[in-house]
Amino acid sequence: MISGAASLLRRWSAAALRGPGAYLLVGLHATIGTLLVYSSPRSAISFLILLSSLGTALAVKANAAFKLVVILLLALVVMPVLGMRNIFYLEILFQISVFAALALGLNIVVGFAGLLDLGYVAFYAVGAYLWAFFGSRQYYYLHTEAGTQTGTAPFLLPADTFYIFVFLGIIVAAITGILLGLPVLRLRGDYLAIVTLGFGEVIRVLANNLDRPLNFTNGPHGITPIQRPTIPHFFVDAFNGTFGGLVGKQVRDVDLYNVFFYLFALVVIAVIILVTRRLDDSKMGRAWTAIREDETAAIAMGIPLVRMKLAAFAAGASFAGAMGILFASNRTFVSPESFSFLQSIGVLTMVILGGVGSIPGVILGAAVVVILNLQVLQGLSLYLAALRQSEALIPILNFPWKSVPNQFDPAKYQRLVFGIILVLMMIFRPAGLIPAARRQRELAKDEGY
Amino acid sequence: MAGNAVRSQGLLKTVREIVRPIGQLVLFSAGSALILSVIALILAFILDQTPVGDASQHTFKMNLLTFTAANLPQVVIDGLTIGFVYAAIALGYTMVYGVLEFINFAHSEVFAVGAFVGVELLIFMNQQGMLRGAPLGLAYLYLILAMAVGMLAAGLLAVGIERTAYRPLRGAPRLVPLISAIGVSFFLQDAIRLTESLATGDFHRIIPTFGNFDTRLSLGKVFIGTAPVNLGISIKSIIVIVAAVLMLVGLNYLVNATKIGKAIRAVAQDRPTASLMGINVNRIISLTFLIGGLLGGAAGVLFALKFTRIDPFVGFFPGLKAFTAAVLGGIGNITGALLGGIVLGMLETFAGAFMSSFTMGAAGAEYKDIFAFGVLILVLIFRPHGLMGEQVGQKA
Repeated sequence: MISGAASLLRRWSAAALRGPGAYLLVGLHATIGTLLVYSSPRSAISFLILLSSLGTALAVKANAAFKLVVILLLALVVMPVLGMRNIFYLEILFQISVFAALALGLNIVVGFAGLLDLGYVAFYAVGAYLWAFFGSRQYYYLHTEAGTQTGTAPFLLPADTFYIFVFLGIIVAAITGILLGLPVLRLRGDYLAIVTLGFGEVIRVLANNLDRPLNFTNGPHGITPIQRPTIPHFFVDAFNGTFGGLVGKQVRDVDLYNVFFYLFALVVIAVIILVTRRLDDSKMGRAWTAIREDETAAIAMGIPLVRMKLAAFAAGASFAGAMGILFASNRTFVSPESFSFLQSIGVLTMVILGGVGSIPGVILGAAVVVILNLQVLQGLSLYLAALRQSEALIPILNFPWKSVPNQFDPAKYQRLVFGIILVLMMIFRPAGLIPAARRQRELAKDEGY
Repeated sequence: MAGNAVRSQGLLKTVREIVRPIGQLVLFSAGSALILSVIALILAFILDQTPVGDASQHTFKMNLLTFTAANLPQVVIDGLTIGFVYAAIALGYTMVYGVLEFINFAHSEVFAVGAFVGVELLIFMNQQGMLRGAPLGLAYLYLILAMAVGMLAAGLLAVGIERTAYRPLRGAPRLVPLISAIGVSFFLQDAIRLTESLATGDFHRIIPTFGNFDTRLSLGKVFIGTAPVNLGISIKSIIVIVAAVLMLVGLNYLVNATKIGKAIRAVAQDRPTASLMGINVNRIISLTFLIGGLLGGAAGVLFALKFTRIDPFVGFFPGLKAFTAAVLGGIGNITGALLGGIVLGMLETFAGAFMSSFTMGAAGAEYKDIFAFGVLILVLIFRPHGLMGEQVGQKA
């Protein structure tokens, strides 16, 4: 009975994922999601339904051009317009994009070359502080005490040098990666993990303390304000002209910054995906795989080990550098707190959860972890806060919700969530939610990981 | 006759295994203190010829060399205390690494759990009014009891972690159990926070004051010029040092002079062959984690005693430093862990004490963490197998 139902279900889902049913499913899912979010912009569930339609579009077997059109339509038109109705969605999307880019970068280091980097956000910090210093007034405060700035100095560079600094960030982060990699890449994997962890802490301590003797980073106060690039006027007008009616209000350029950064992050991700795919299929990518699988054998085959590892380190670091610039500009504020060890582990969790070495997997991982953090945990926190306002009792225990201590706030338990994800994934599904294609082929051959 | 000879030989071995590590300890402590002192004095002497010396004249009313020399004895004592704490934690890392070639990343949380269980017991006893005005002997007994309970909890936790998170992954690529260990570590940090904040909403704990642990023994005064410098060591520092020495001696004896130790060494050397010799490999690995956890728990309570305040993230930095110490000394090597701990503790205290005056206040004690990592990187570049480790080929 149950097996009959299961097989029926399987046949139905198989039919829905292939042929004309697939087009219908994708179209329905996307339309329903869009309409839901449009009619109730505050509902987290409708947003998740919309977001998951991207996944449906990817999962079904359909014409590649059709998939591309649907995804582009969703990402470039639907999301920005709906995001203007509720800015919080654009914030989530931006964070997903930033972390997806970071996870893709870390994926090159961990997934392709098999080097465990526990201090990955250090490179992100390098990028962020680069633009934070040059894109703010900090240069004129070099000789002042941290926290005493008056905010009257001019900005060091014009705002639009931001675009140049995206490239500079890539270069500087890559150089940092090489400088760190040179001494430590000869080490065995587990030593490397600890050294990179140490390096991450070093960068954070430096950011915290480089307000003396010269005030470079403004210490724990952080640097603010940091400039954003100017949005061209025609972009604002065009957006208002096309979508103004749908949004329902005149969009100012301040609001449009969210769309701008989201789209910019998408462009960066597109570039990163392109580069990553090309790298994976290149000679270098094969060398990385060889190193990952067996270092000794790789050396024996004549692969220049240190140079290849350095290349992986530099490539991974450069993505983080670019994203750091973007992040500093988006937030207009950087402080050492954004670059803690927790962040590094968070990015690692995304890579592991999604699938080491798998590009769609890593993006999925980033999306899941960000949504978990921003929507699920925050949502639970809000729910709990509401319960604590009420007179209700916890059933069975007869314990009043009001007396549940503040520390119980689910949003504060990221570490718990990351920890559980890491352990469970390692034990039950080490290849991740969407295993890499190469790994899938290996798994088909024998059961070993 | 023959039995007598064997017995006396066994006795000799026992004595040797107890005396040898103590001798090494004294040697390491004195040696690293001497070398670092000489380096600090030379640096001070050189810097005296530069504007740094003038700045020192201005702030301390003496030249840098005098300032350094006057502070040295106290710095050495403090460095030793911290070094022994690191060494005690490093022993746990080294035990597990020696057997499994695996960095037990969760050891820092095992340490934290030990600290919390011990401190919670003391807090409970304090609430019962047992600690206030307890006679000295009883106070020590309570401390030992807290340590024992903390050790037990930490040891059981370590075994449990091994069973659930590491054993299913044995034989997987190296990074897989490491990532799992990081996961366990993160999970435990928040789990500790959750349980600790359930009752009061506060997740840090402060060890109750009792006994005479906070008393500071005066070791006399050092006169340099006309400036008298008080030299002292608190009783809790002495307890830390004594306990760490006992732990090292005990561990050394267990590993090198008993049958269990022989089995542990056999498993560390070659797991399949050891199992062919009738050794229950799984049991030995569990035992290794138990011993590592016991040591970690003891170190946790000692840490709480020394630094009084603990929170769920208390294990992270000491754990990292202790790992650095283990690598510095040659990971997998028990004596090496001790040497590494002492050297690292000393280095850090020296850096914390003198960095500010040597750089005219440009870089202060807040850089001492960087110092530890700098040392780790330097050691790994020039002597990847540590100060005392043997060169081990990479297992394919």
